[in-house]
Amino acid sequence: MNIDNTATPDAVAGVGTKTSRGVGLLGLGVMTWVVVSGLFLTPADKNQGDAVRIMYVHVPTAWIAYLAFAVTGATSLVVLISKRPALGFDRVAGASAEVGVMFMALTLISGSLWGRLTWGEYWAWDPRLTTTAFMFVTYIGYLAVRNLGGSQQQRAKRSAVLAALAVLEIPLVHFSVVLWRSLHQSASVLSADGDIRMDGMMLFTLFAGVVGFTLTYVWLVMHRSRLMLMRGVIEDIGLEAAIRERQRDLSGATQ
Amino acid sequence: MTRSSTWKVARAVAAKDLRIELRSRVVTNQVVPFAGLVMVMFAFALDNDTVLERVSGGLIWLATLFSLFILVQRSFAIDTADGALDSLRVAGVSPSGIFLGKALTLMIELLLLELTLTAAAIVLYRVDLRPSSLVVLVTCMVWATLGLAFVGTLYGGLAAGMSGRETLLPLLLLPVVAPVLIGATKATEAAFRINGVAISDGWPWIGLLAVFAVVFGIGGYSAFGALIDE
Repeated sequence: MNIDNTATPDAVAGVGTKTSRGVGLLGLGVMTWVVVSGLFLTPADKNQGDAVRIMYVHVPTAWIAYLAFAVTGATSLVVLISKRPALGFDRVAGASAEVGVMFMALTLISGSLWGRLTWGEYWAWDPRLTTTAFMFVTYIGYLAVRNLGGSQQQRAKRSAVLAALAVLEIPLVHFSVVLWRSLHQSASVLSADGDIRMDGMMLFTLFAGVVGFTLTYVWLVMHRSRLMLMRGVIEDIGLEAAIRERQRDLSGATQ
Repeated sequence: MTRSSTWKVARAVAAKDLRIELRSRVVTNQVVPFAGLVMVMFAFALDNDTVLERVSGGLIWLATLFSLFILVQRSFAIDTADGALDSLRVAGVSPSGIFLGKALTLMIELLLLELTLTAAAIVLYRVDLRPSSLVVLVTCMVWATLGLAFVGTLYGGLAAGMSGRETLLPLLLLPVVAPVLIGATKATEAAFRINGVAISDGWPWIGLLAVFAVVFGIGGYSAFGALIDE
């Protein structure tokens, strides 16, 4: 079956490309270093003990989640502004949101484990934490809308509007939670976080973690968006085949 | 589409929706009693007069939010059931006009509901409402209702016509309306002078509600067409 008319020919070759393989291998290398360094080479913290090692996962995953949602917002704006259906941008928006939700879940889990060890509580009603939880739920909703039926163009437009609304919503939620908390707590628990004096190795590992997780994010988004492209191709093929079959039936019936 | 025709569409859509509601009486016979029932259930769950009075502001707005989902679903069920929304679009009716009309209907229904719930709070939770608090309370209600109506219509339009919208709408809508819940609760608590809060402390929260309403009003006005386009 010839599908060259509906997509690039290499779309059927697999989800990996030379670039994605390179990014993946590089990511794997950096992540291995982060694991070894984070678990064995860096010292334990004076106050937090070994719990500080969670930071090498927590901080990069939080950064990636925010980056991922920013990418979703930006690509969705392109979809909204563009005159032609910008399905490529829509796929990146969707892939980025999926990866972002996963990383945000990791952030929330690693953060609450760290909180239990350090503050003695899994959760605190801190503005930053609350906003993060709201973002998580918002993008789960976004993904739910993406998974609903409709044509690719329709889905692209609808999810782009939703992503643009999320960009409006998140600062409002954050601002209102800050106002809400300001009446209860004099100082945020997390402000202690900024006082951590970091040793050089710890800082380097944290930096490597950010790089490693960013590479992993790019790798995942590349794969996911290519997978979405292929799924779209299959949908088109299915539709064309159904039309052809129907035409054959009709011509058979008239003969 | 000119501004006057947008407004004309809005009025026609609102008049149509309100007429349907007046005839079917779903809001007065089902939604308002449901919200009242929620208020009674809160009393069962919390089971303490002092606590009830202290959290009354939040309970009024929680009951409003729960009812908002039903109202929004109802508002779009009327139109999607017979493909009326699609017909309006095919007829070239301004989507911004539909948005404003639907939001206007929702606003009137919500205001009616909030007044009933405040009366229920005065009776059931022994809230002390003085005439001096009325300005803050009414302003809070107007801005909060405006925000809820805009956001409800926007997400209702998004969920309309999609399968599984009944379950999807609360998931999409709840995180978005969190600022309204926070702002309206705080302003209402100020109006009720709960925990020794001064009435004037309600104004900054009303400011938050106003910002919310304006942001989502503009957002809905410009994005509604893209959402309901099938």
